[in-house]
Amino acid sequence: MAQVLDKPVQVKAPVTPAERTARRRTLLQWIAVHSLGVAAALFFTLPFVFVFLTSLMSDTQALSRDLIPHTWEWGNYKKVFDTPGFLTWWKNTLIYAGLGTVLTVVSSIPVAYALAKFRFRGRNLSLMLVISMMMLPPQVIIIPMYLFWAKQLDLSGTLWPLIIPMAFGDAFSIFLLRQFLLTIPNEYIDAAKVDGCGDLRTLLKVVIPMAKPGIAAVGLFQFFYAWNDYFGPQIYASENPGAWTLSYGLESFKGAHHTDWNLTMAATVLVMAPVILVFFFAQKAFVEGVTLTGVKG
Amino acid sequence: MATITLASKRRRSALRTLAFMSPWLIGFAVFFAYPLISTVYFSFMHYDGFKPPTWSGTKNWTYVFEHYPYFWPALRNTLWLVLVMVTLRVVFGLGVGMLITKIKTGTGVFRTLFYLPYLAPPVAATMAFAFLLNPGTGPVSSILEKIGIPAPGWFNDPNWSKPALTLLALWGIGDLMVIFMAALLDVPQEQYEAAELDGASAWQRFRYVTLPNISPIVMFAVVTGVIQTMQYYTQPLIAGKVASGVIQGAGTQFEPGYPDKSTLTLPQLVYNLGFQRFDYGSACVVALVLFVLSMVFTAFLMRRRGGLNLAGD
Repeated sequence: MAQVLDKPVQVKAPVTPAERTARRRTLLQWIAVHSLGVAAALFFTLPFVFVFLTSLMSDTQALSRDLIPHTWEWGNYKKVFDTPGFLTWWKNTLIYAGLGTVLTVVSSIPVAYALAKFRFRGRNLSLMLVISMMMLPPQVIIIPMYLFWAKQLDLSGTLWPLIIPMAFGDAFSIFLLRQFLLTIPNEYIDAAKVDGCGDLRTLLKVVIPMAKPGIAAVGLFQFFYAWNDYFGPQIYASENPGAWTLSYGLESFKGAHHTDWNLTMAATVLVMAPVILVFFFAQKAFVEGVTLTGVKG
Repeated sequence: MATITLASKRRRSALRTLAFMSPWLIGFAVFFAYPLISTVYFSFMHYDGFKPPTWSGTKNWTYVFEHYPYFWPALRNTLWLVLVMVTLRVVFGLGVGMLITKIKTGTGVFRTLFYLPYLAPPVAATMAFAFLLNPGTGPVSSILEKIGIPAPGWFNDPNWSKPALTLLALWGIGDLMVIFMAALLDVPQEQYEAAELDGASAWQRFRYVTLPNISPIVMFAVVTGVIQTMQYYTQPLIAGKVASGVIQGAGTQFEPGYPDKSTLTLPQLVYNLGFQRFDYGSACVVALVLFVLSMVFTAFLMRRRGGLNLAGD
């Protein structure tokens, strides 16, 4: 703060009273804005801090009103990992999120490309249907879908009913990718055609390399979607704990450790941490994706 | 080369389109059109998953609208959430977006901190808030009582459970913040300068320069907020389950919408009817109500000028 206050003194030209009030106003504004900023930052970060601190408390202290751990129980995290099933949930989540993301990206790119760059009858209708699918709550069609996967294909108790559909394009990813592909000038595509590239080669050699940021954003969103999904595993995997994901298992963790808030919070940290780590590595692609979701054409 | 006629060229181009669109065409048929038609069909059938479905006319419909005790409370909760949660989220998102454009020191750090909660997985975030707001022992209750404010029951009190969910939704404001931030930075600077020359106050600059410029984004935030509220599932369900202390798989039946139906939403009814009561027909009735409501707002979103940018080549 002192530095800021010192600055006007160093200015050589005489300071008029009007300038001085203007400067004071700017300074006061700076203080007001940044105090608000700090207050908001506390609101956004304190929940994380409390959860983390509680995850390191002893089980009796977690039920008390003290906010700082008396003893730092790092062993809580080991206990969480030793919980039967916890590692399986990790593995299942990685399969669901990883495989699902790859399938979604591969199947959505050609569709998005066609919707962005081909001219054909029914294109606008297709796009409107894509948006409708995107906005459809999954619960609307869950009864026939469940009957289809469970009664006809006998796949309940597994995550396949959630993974297989991702090989057939995901509406949100198609829409997002299309928005991104619209920003690629047609000249590049025409030039590739002139050079004798077919449609597939143009897509693979010209369009995809240029669309990498969009593809990264879509991949991240899809990964997070699968990581966070609760409803899907609840419908298809609930009967078989061997197929649970972290998001689904976490809630049962609270049930099993009824009053052990410390262990529950440690498990919560372990479910949150990977998402936040991925975000730090891919922040730019992610924020770009959020802005792309339909606001800016 | 001479053999390529106009007709065969056109056919080739149609085949090319079909090939590129094929993943989605199959997906659309199998995972959208078929189940949607099937949902309509089942809504007129009595089906429990074991005995073959039998025609039951409008019985499921009258049951859901007239006798199912959870339907109207769920619809009322949805209305409450649309009016209060969506409004507050838009106002708060705009506020935080404006704040971040004003912050000149450490902008990147502030932006990241404000954005992070949006990324917290819903189950984990809800568990965290259930703990933070836990009456008696939660840090928020402890702090409130230390400064002499009696802490409410939050997720355990029917009057406070939706405000608690709103608080959770405001914590995860990152998506709206980023969208509003981008919109605010796009407002032409000259308009602010002109307004300032005319002696406009800060409020007048906001009212007559900022708002008109960002109103399409405000609309977008409101409509997508309403659609998200129709789908609101995981947070109210987990909040109710954790607060009621139900132990999963221990044979205790979870009372939907705990406490006192105050956290019920329409998607939860589909689960309750279909997967707890095995009344697939009635579950499909609720599913169709949910479908109609979501599509009305989606149509609204698509018709909005410049909204989803449907044009383009």
